[in-house]
Amino acid sequence: MQTTSDEVLISRIAGGDRLAMQVLYARHHVRVYRFVLRLVRNEATAEDLISEVFLDIWRQAGKFEGRSAASTWMLSIARFKALSELRRRPEEELDEETAEQIEDHADDPETALAKKDKGLALRQCLAKLSADHREIIDLVYYHEKSVEEVAEIVGIPEATVKTRMFYARKKLSELLKEQGIDRGWP
Amino acid sequence: MNAMKQEAPERQEIEELLPWHAAGTLSRRDAQRVEEALARDPELARRYALVRDELGETIHLNETLGAPSARAMEKLFAQIDAEPTRRQASLNLGSRISEFFASLTPRTLALASGAAVLAILVQAGFIAGVMMNETKTGGYQTASAPTTAPDAGTFALIRFAPQASADDITRFLESNKLSIASGPTAGGLYKVRVAVTGIPKAELARIVKKLQEDKAVGFIATTD
Repeated sequence: MQTTSDEVLISRIAGGDRLAMQVLYARHHVRVYRFVLRLVRNEATAEDLISEVFLDIWRQAGKFEGRSAASTWMLSIARFKALSELRRRPEEELDEETAEQIEDHADDPETALAKKDKGLALRQCLAKLSADHREIIDLVYYHEKSVEEVAEIVGIPEATVKTRMFYARKKLSELLKEQGIDRGWP
Repeated sequence: MNAMKQEAPERQEIEELLPWHAAGTLSRRDAQRVEEALARDPELARRYALVRDELGETIHLNETLGAPSARAMEKLFAQIDAEPTRRQASLNLGSRISEFFASLTPRTLALASGAAVLAILVQAGFIAGVMMNETKTGGYQTASAPTTAPDAGTFALIRFAPQASADDITRFLESNKLSIASGPTAGGLYKVRVAVTGIPKAELARIVKKLQEDKAVGFIATTD
């Protein structure tokens, strides 16, 4: 079975096709939501932003030129919305709350009892990273974006993408070390 | 910068690519360079294992974030309905597609075609392999015949390595007595049944670690 490509859907959306918009939304809203949620760290805010992101996609579909993947274009819009929202807040307020939520979502009691659960510790440290570092790690590992695509989404040179990823990973190691887990790197 | 400058430039350059190699988003050429470096540099291979841990846990973390409620979609489409109506006639889809293909260079087109053919062949082979596996245990069954309940057993999440062929995947599934329970998800992940019954976490972790060493595996993690 062949599915309609995102690019074709966007060209239909540019022509006012509401159904194409529904298909595109169904296809991407969860990933875009998670990307935004990891940046703004508030579910209600992320949900509001999702509506705004896809409304922008609806309005700007005619400007999409297909030079990059549709998901890259959508994540760029989502990032802009999330950062605009963050600028309205004086500082990030929900770090500890988010870390607790992750702990709540964690494995079963048996594993939670095993204090040496490295996976859980890694997830907690991932949640503690700065917005810049969370963003790049998510784009590379979860959203499967190439160096070029990350550069396009974040608006930085490709060389900077690589070094920022390196330092995000380094910071992750430092946070793990604070929890008593020495990875022997860097 | 010190941590980076202390390393030999070549290893540093390769090391920077490891996250993308683990995610399967490197070009074939770069992937080959990384593979060769990993084969000859045990320390780099050890660091690559750390990257794979990070990849697995980042996916795990994101997958626990849930999804927006229906309210978000309702709000969106209410806003869209309130927008001024667009003229559909102004869009010529055919010309847009032609324009898109015209913008590609012959080399890009040739590469894209080659990649598409390869992807189709791998996928076809893989599906055939999976179906043959099912046929072996399948055939005619009465409605009351005992079957494995879809949710029964112990599972793992897996993404096959981009360079894995259909034969690699089939061999991997057969030799490890794995069956695909669902997938792929949008991220190319498959849920595979590792055992038909529940097994202790430690045992599952041991199995997953062993499976991770197979070259057909790009990423693997335990799941509930």
